[in-house]
Amino acid sequence: MPDYTNTSEPVIQVRSVIKSFGDQRVLDGIDLDVMPGEIMVVMGGSGCGKSTLLRHMIGSIVPDSGSVKLFGREITTLSEQEMNEIRKKFGILFQSGALINSLTVGENVALPLREHTHLDEKTIEIMIKIKLELVSLRIHADKMPAQLSGGMKKRAGLARAIALDPQILFYDEPSAGLDPVTSAQIDQLIIDLTRKLHVTSVVVTHEMDSAFSIADRMCMLDKGKVLKIGMRQEFETLRDTPAENLTSDQDKLIRQFLRGDADGPLSRRKADSDYEEDLLRV
Amino acid sequence: MGKSRSGTDEPFETSGYLHVLALLGGTAMGISRRVLATLGSISLLLSETFGGILCGVFVPGVRLGREALLTQMVRVGIKAIPIVIMIQLAIGMILPLQMFPKLDEFGQAEQIATINGIAAFRELGPLMTAVILSGFAGASIAAELGTMVVAEEIEALEALALNPVRFLVVPRLLATIVMMVLLTVIADVVMVLGGFLTSLRLGIDADVFYLLSREAVDLMGFGTGLIKAGVFGLLVGLIACYLGLAVKPWQGSDGVGKATTHTVVYSIVAIIGADAIFTVIFYSYGLFK
Ligand SMILES: Nc1ncnc2c1ncn2[C@@H]1O[C@H](COP(=O)(O)OP(=O)(O)OP(=O)(O)O)[C@@H](O)[C@H]1O
Ligand SMILES: [Mg+2]
Repeated sequence: MPDYTNTSEPVIQVRSVIKSFGDQRVLDGIDLDVMPGEIMVVMGGSGCGKSTLLRHMIGSIVPDSGSVKLFGREITTLSEQEMNEIRKKFGILFQSGALINSLTVGENVALPLREHTHLDEKTIEIMIKIKLELVSLRIHADKMPAQLSGGMKKRAGLARAIALDPQILFYDEPSAGLDPVTSAQIDQLIIDLTRKLHVTSVVVTHEMDSAFSIADRMCMLDKGKVLKIGMRQEFETLRDTPAENLTSDQDKLIRQFLRGDADGPLSRRKADSDYEEDLLRV
Repeated sequence: MGKSRSGTDEPFETSGYLHVLALLGGTAMGISRRVLATLGSISLLLSETFGGILCGVFVPGVRLGREALLTQMVRVGIKAIPIVIMIQLAIGMILPLQMFPKLDEFGQAEQIATINGIAAFRELGPLMTAVILSGFAGASIAAELGTMVVAEEIEALEALALNPVRFLVVPRLLATIVMMVLLTVIADVVMVLGGFLTSLRLGIDADVFYLLSREAVDLMGFGTGLIKAGVFGLLVGLIACYLGLAVKPWQGSDGVGKATTHTVVYSIVAIIGADAIFTVIFYSYGLFK
């Protein structure tokens, strides 16, 4: 179980992170703590900046302002070499899998092992088999990524992400585009890795079923801000409360998102926008 | 007052051709600033690549990636061999044919061997190989790296703590340089062979052709040609890697296409420019007689 005692330090600490691309402010002052051994699920509408937040946490984007700490170290000011040392301690599953297309599935998994460890080829072979078996891809080790389906690519990406036995795992939409059974298997894998190996996990997802089955805590993003962070149970309660009983607009908005209702404050927001004006301007 | 298109504030009310001039000036400044910035990043890439090579050679434990280098050499060079042979054979046959009537007027027909030999080793061997490789290797490297950017592979490499420069650029750049030099040797020899075929047809004695060719091609001409080839290889590889990696993920296949085209165009411009500079240097130091 995750460690929520007051004495434990967060593994990931995001403070007042602001990031704009051109005129568009994608992250507008994000604060987020992820505690050791927990599964933190980050939710939010498409394009609200979930992947961008993830990219800040893995140090591939530097914020305009604010701080990001991994293992207690500020990563926004690290040199490339120092950052690489930290990168070896976490794994990431990209939204598209991001396999190296010129290497086979097995070689993709072997890549971090060959480059960052001094293991001999035999041991690496064994480790590839173990990691691929975990995601049920062992028999596909010699295929090229182009020969895999989208879901298989994602699983191969996961096998590569766990190759170095990382302490943190980041998942960008792990179950999007997977069939229900595979999706449930991935969920179980995330839970197993977290519980058995005491990995800390950050999962970005749209899929509410999957979110509720894996999360310890949840975080909802909207318009570049954190709407709500809380234990899974709080979100469950919010989801199951009738809309009439909720007073704040914010709670109603979160409830609609969690339930996937067509009607609610989120839908009205679209109608409020300057759509008509925009049309008339043409 | 608004901003002009080149992003500079217009200093005074302009009208008519003054306005056009101001716009042109602004654009030129914008372009030259961009060119400077680009040159800056290219030299950065170059120094990082050499850092990577030195690390691979001298630091124990850091691998240079011999397999990767070999793969790239095959891909860059071996497949270009037939084209290089075809083109150089054709040029070797055409050039003497063009020279022949005038030289024959002076009774110097056999000098086509000299002209052909000098042209091959000093100029056309390295130059044509470089042009061919910029289309062959340059375009494919730019397309490959650009596609990797778009597919988030580069970002994935970085997240795996693998430096894309060391991992991708070093083997490609080395392979381009090495193969350019090797292909140039082939190109040189094949062009002389082409000239030989023509001269036989024109009734020039084979022994005379051989002797004159030997005389025309000294070690200096051969060596400087290879140095040029090496530098051309560096330019093509560097431009291709730079433009390929400069594709932005959201540009998609469009960005990859542009990177490919630009690689070929800029490579050829850079090759010709470097060639001109080399010629000036070689002659002003009196390396050629
Ligand atoms: N490199 C970039 N340059 C410019 N704009 C970007 C860049 N990356 C993201 N954006 C913009 O930032 C916004 C958030 O993108 P992001 O990928 O973080 O969304 P997301 O929440 O992950 O969406 P999805 O659920 O669809 O994956 C989008 O509007 C996108 O257009
Ligand atoms: Mg995303």
